[in-house]
Amino acid sequence: MIHFDNVTKRYPGGHEGLSNVSFHIDPGEMVFLTGHSGAGKSTLLKLIGLLERSTRGQVRVAGRNLTRLGRGQIPYHRREVGMIFQDHRLLHDRTVFDNVAMPLVVAGLGHIEIGRRVRAALDKVGLLCKEKNLPVTLSGGEQQRVGIARAVVSKPPVVLADEPTGNLDPTLSREIMNLFEQFNDVGVTLLIATHDLELISGMNRRILVLEKSRLARDNAAESVN
Amino acid sequence: MRRPRKRQSARISPRSSLRADVWLMRHLQVALASLGRLIRTPLSTLMTTLVIGIALALPSGLYLLLGNVESLSGHWDGAASISLFLTQETSDEQAGSLASQLRRDPAITRVRLIGRTEALDEFRRLSGFAGVLDSLEENPLPSLLIVEPAADRTEPAAAEALLARLRQHSEVEFAQLDLQWVRRFHAITEIARRGVIILATLLGLSVLLIVGNTIRLEIQNRHAEIEITKLIGGTNAFIRRPFLYNGAWYGLFGGISAWLMVGISLLLLDNPVEQLAGLYQSGFRLSGIDFATLLVLLGGSTLLGLIGSWIAVGRHLHEIEPA
Repeated sequence: MIHFDNVTKRYPGGHEGLSNVSFHIDPGEMVFLTGHSGAGKSTLLKLIGLLERSTRGQVRVAGRNLTRLGRGQIPYHRREVGMIFQDHRLLHDRTVFDNVAMPLVVAGLGHIEIGRRVRAALDKVGLLCKEKNLPVTLSGGEQQRVGIARAVVSKPPVVLADEPTGNLDPTLSREIMNLFEQFNDVGVTLLIATHDLELISGMNRRILVLEKSRLARDNAAESVN
Repeated sequence: MRRPRKRQSARISPRSSLRADVWLMRHLQVALASLGRLIRTPLSTLMTTLVIGIALALPSGLYLLLGNVESLSGHWDGAASISLFLTQETSDEQAGSLASQLRRDPAITRVRLIGRTEALDEFRRLSGFAGVLDSLEENPLPSLLIVEPAADRTEPAAAEALLARLRQHSEVEFAQLDLQWVRRFHAITEIARRGVIILATLLGLSVLLIVGNTIRLEIQNRHAEIEITKLIGGTNAFIRRPFLYNGAWYGLFGGISAWLMVGISLLLLDNPVEQLAGLYQSGFRLSGIDFATLLVLLGGSTLLGLIGSWIAVGRHLHEIEPA
């Protein structure tokens, strides 16, 4: 589902965000991405969401070669990749419902269909009763769940999460991870960047470790060896 | 612009292609949403609208005034007349016989004779110099013949030829073609017309800049929304749309306020103009903005708003990329 072949990302000024990284993730996998801050986790996720483009090497997502995707096609690619951020990135002047509905509005769905899908997504993250609230009235964990509902509402085959539990206490983090596992159960491919090793160590999932912009460890590759 | 993008979208994700009715509905929603956004900030919307309104009211008001002045000159066009001042020696009887001789001329439609006595009476009545005139021993005023050329002689060249012929008469001391004045008047209104066009162009440009700047600020204010919309796969067309509607609304409201401003100004001018026209024994009344002109004004202002926001959006939307 996600293929990196010798991918290097060099920023203007010479700093390398990623150096010669190769891996692939099969459809339906749930993979964690760890490493110190500055190791390149965010850069890697940005390349998948086409927030950045690779300097060298090839990135392919769901069979699409992102290296060759034109500017005009970026929005259509992003609709296939749900993104979750540490700071939620919600719109604070809109209700929870409107925030979650955004990907569907952008995709041009009809009114009734939007209502049905948004409520299903909010139900999934346990916030159906708060659909009319503004995000500021919610706790951090609830805001993160709104962000998750927005990422999955259009049922993208790939979901990326950048430090989704960064600001949450262990119990809430655990809940968020449970949610991700439920999405994975219905076939969504997930790539979750986190530095909370304690949280993910017991989950028995594949872990990619980035160190100084390089892929230092991939426990899927290890188990094959 | 739309079609190829839709085809691309179909290639990547067939389930997200838009149906026509949904598309139309979406446009209506965006139009109403941007209208609602404007209404929620009434003060700044009003100020922008008034600035656009004033910028548009000026040229449209002048244009209207010009039209009125030209309709006024229309009355004079037909009446391009030649004044023949007769010599002092010519008696009223001689003047009368010259008048009837001229009336038989096919190049002339009408001859009006103002005899010396009649001229003196009129002058005494209108000038207020009655006492001075009474002290004069003899009437200093000549007889006057006002000659109206036939319809086919009102052309400047033909009228000049007629003028030259009339000068031949020995009784004529001095002949004046009033057409001269009409021609000068036409030249002046032509200059005024050009002036209005130049002014309209400059002020139209200023409307573009006003709307462009307003939309630029709006884009900055909604930076986060644009960024997030791009993150979740909003196309540039989708993001551009509310701003374009915004600009179009500004233009339309500006046009309406310009119309109101011109209308109120006309109301204020109507009475004094009627009085002035009355002094000239004319039934002239100011004419307002007719329906066709109103349509052009509103359509033009909406288009200016649309173009202004298009320029702003085109320049500033690309600067906002999610990171």
